Amino acid sequence: MHQYTTDMYEGMLAETVMVQGYKGDAINAYFARPLGPGPFPGVVLIPHMPGWDEWYRETTRKFAHHGYLSLSPNIYFRFGHGSPDDVAAKARGSGGVADDSAVGDAEGCLRLLKSLALSNKKVGVFGTCSSGRQAFLSACRLKGFDAAVDCWGGRVVMSKEELTPQRPVSPIEYTKDLSCPLLGLFGEEDENPNPQQVQLLEQELKKYGKKYEFHMYPKAGHGFFYYDRPGYRQEQAVDGWKKLFAFLEEYLGTAT
Amino acid sequence: MCTGIVETAEVSGSGKGPRGWFKLEQVNVSYDHPSDAPLENALNIDFVNQREGPGARVAVELSPESARKLVKAILTALSQTVTAVSEASDRT
Repeated sequence: MHQYTTDMYEGMLAETVMVQGYKGDAINAYFARPLGPGPFPGVVLIPHMPGWDEWYRETTRKFAHHGYLSLSPNIYFRFGHGSPDDVAAKARGSGGVADDSAVGDAEGCLRLLKSLALSNKKVGVFGTCSSGRQAFLSACRLKGFDAAVDCWGGRVVMSKEELTPQRPVSPIEYTKDLSCPLLGLFGEEDENPNPQQVQLLEQELKKYGKKYEFHMYPKAGHGFFYYDRPGYRQEQAVDGWKKLFAFLEEYLGTAT
Repeated sequence: MCTGIVETAEVSGSGKGPRGWFKLEQVNVSYDHPSDAPLENALNIDFVNQREGPGARVAVELSPESARKLVKAILTALSQTVTAVSEASDRT
């Protein structure tokens, strides 16, 4: 956990950059990093379904404040530009971001972060809601991530009827390929994923001997970190953030 | 796309967005997280013209109960229109 004291110098650079994403496409991304020579651990923040929005930019800066090279790709880039909610709505009406595309964009960010001279060569992946699912998928389908955080990712467990051309495989099927430790934060009152689905994923992780840490919060539902939504739960969110940064510190290290 | 519940239909008509009126081509109806309505999931209706970009959108986010009221109101209005049209046809 970043120990902030009032006598410390602190600086951050946050800006939009271009990265090579899925199929080599140049897409924009929001990059926030602490000032200083590093080396710093890195985190890829895949944006959630409401879009590449203000909450994700704030969260990207939050990770930078805690000492991470933080990169959030605009996985909605291919749907055009406009306000984040308009672009996300266009994606939703077109069947959503394809899993291959989201994973490809995460891979591009992973490569970029690991290539930086500022990097300690440890990179994690973080996502909430639909991007919690995509973070899990990325950690399974890609080699190179050192930690993954899935916050209430819905539809990691999918029925055959739920599969679509954009999402042709239920992510739980990839569990055997999970390539790094996984942190999962969930709410007991969530319907998507519900506690039974989280349990199924946990059974699968145990079956394949994967390193994971799950926390199921009582009196919380979906999206309990989102301070601007009715599902925000202060106590659970504060504890969740603590657990999240402790987990990342364990597997990614801290800035030296 | 947390729930994945989306239905789409081709429509014709006009919608008024932030840049004024535009031709509608499609309506997307989803039950998923709203952007603004204080609900975990809402019945979201987006009237769009995909060719004019993401901004060509008239959006509403309704509670399920409100959505049902809307459906009922539309069907009631349409049934009166059908009656009026058929009555007009009968007179001619």
